[in-house]
Order: sequence, then structure tokens, then C-alpha cells
Amino acid sequence: MSLGPYTTFIVASYLAVLIVVVLLIAWIAIDYRRQKQRLSDLESKGLVRRSGRK
Amino acid sequence: MTLIDLANPTRFLALTARLLPWLVVATGILLAVGLYQSATAPDDYQQGATVKIMFIHVPNAWLSMFVWAVMSLAALGTLVWRHPLADVAAKAAAPIGAAFTFLALVTGSLWGRPMWGTYWEWDARLTSVLILFLMYLGLIALWRAVEDPSRAARAAAVLTLVGALNLPIIKFSVDWWNTLHQPASVMRMGGPTLDRAFLIPLLVMALAFSLLFVTLHLAAMRNEILRRRVRAMQMLQAQAGKPRA
Repeated sequence: MSLGPYTTFIVASYLAVLIVVVLLIAWIAIDYRRQKQRLSDLESKGLVRRSGRK
Repeated sequence: MTLIDLANPTRFLALTARLLPWLVVATGILLAVGLYQSATAPDDYQQGATVKIMFIHVPNAWLSMFVWAVMSLAALGTLVWRHPLADVAAKAAAPIGAAFTFLALVTGSLWGRPMWGTYWEWDARLTSVLILFLMYLGLIALWRAVEDPSRAARAAAVLTLVGALNLPIIKFSVDWWNTLHQPASVMRMGGPTLDRAFLIPLLVMALAFSLLFVTLHLAAMRNEILRRRVRAMQMLQAQAGKPRA
């Protein structure tokens, strides 16, 4: 596959998409872990949400 | 499970946990197929190999508007029906929409330089998309600035609906004004003008990016529900620590 004289522009475009999508996925995955951790810390202190009470 | 059942965040979380692995696999497969088709698509007779930028620029540009449309529906859900997940959906979608809009601007700029001779031109299409990007940032800032989610929800919903006025301006800017940007060649009366060799990879990539949005959106909504649970529990903790009169 030859991209001709515009290789820089094409590669830069695909790289930009790759970087932003990977950052987005990483941010969402890290945020999920953080929220789960905070929730389990609070639950370990004996706190229960009102809607979670039986 | 009916649609109304999903108003319950706990049921929504259970559904998300079941759906997400399938969505991740489907998105990965479609992206791989789309990227292969994009790589093997022929060069355009005028644009040469830069036509490959279209396969990522156009899906991002479509999604930049689609995500705002989703947020506008969610804003109606907040203001009219007070659906408990409506604000969660809107807030979770905003950073994803901002990322797609940013990518539409960057890839468009990188496509514009070799084709138009400039990275940027203050014409109607480019400027209206830049305004959309700034509106995404404004909304994200609003949600972060107001601590109480229910108060932030109403203000953000109103701002989202006002911002929706920009969507037809973006869509029809190439028809209403004289711009460098080419007119619509896929979603137009009379059908697409693109050759099948370009249209099929473009549609596969558009579907792949749409699935990517659905996957990321569901995951971000799940995070937002957990964040609100944490906040509710921290408030309970603070109340329990207060001395009683």
C-alpha cells in the first residue's frame, strides 16, 4: 500500500484517532475502577445506601 | 425487561454488565473489517490516497452531531419526564461527543491542508463544528462546576436544547453558504454520489464508530451511576457524623 506524497497527513490522521480513542477507553476504565474502589471503601465502613437497605 | 424497567439504575447496571462484553467484541470486529477495507480501498482519481482520511473523518463528524442529538433527547427526558437516567446519559455522553468532535476537526484539518492548501478556514461548516466543540466543553464545565447533580441537570438540559439549534446549521451550512467544504455526498436526496469502492468502507467504519460510541456510552453511564452512589453514601456518612440537636 503506497500513500504517495500525502503519507504524513494520512498517518497523522489515523494516529490522532488511535490516540484519542485509546485515551477515552483508558479514562473510562480507570474511572470505573476508581468508583468501584470508593464504593467498596464506603461499604466496608458499614454504610448502606437507602435504596440498598433490606 | 421493558424499557420502563431500565429507569431503575440497578436493573440498568445489570443489563450493561451483560451487554458490554458483546458490544466490545462486535466493535472490535467491525473496526478491524473497516480498517482493512479502508487500507485496501483504491485511490481517488482527484484526491489520491488522502481519500483514506474520509473513512475516519466522516464517522467522527457524523457522531459529533449524533451524540449531541442523543444528549438533546436526554435533556427532554430530564426536563419533561424527569427520567432518573436521562441526566446520567447526557453527562456520560458529553466527553465522548467532545472527543469525536475534536477528531472531526483534527482529521478535517489534516485532510484540508493537502486538498485545499490550508489547515483552517473560517467558513460556515468549520466554524459551526468548532462552536459545537466549544459547547461540549462548556457543558462539561457546567456539570463540573455545580456540585449537586440534580441542580446541574436542569441547567445542562436547557443549554443542551439551545445548543441543538446548531445541528441544522452544521448540516445545511454547505448548502446555505459558499464554503470550502464539499456538499453532502452520502446523506442526500437522490442517494449517495460516492462510488461503492468508497461507500462500503465508509459505511462499515461509520457503523464501527457508532458501536464504539454505544459501548463507551454505556460504560460511562455505568461509571456515572456508581459516582452518584458514592456521593449519596458520602452524604449519609456526613449526616451520621453530625451532632443531633
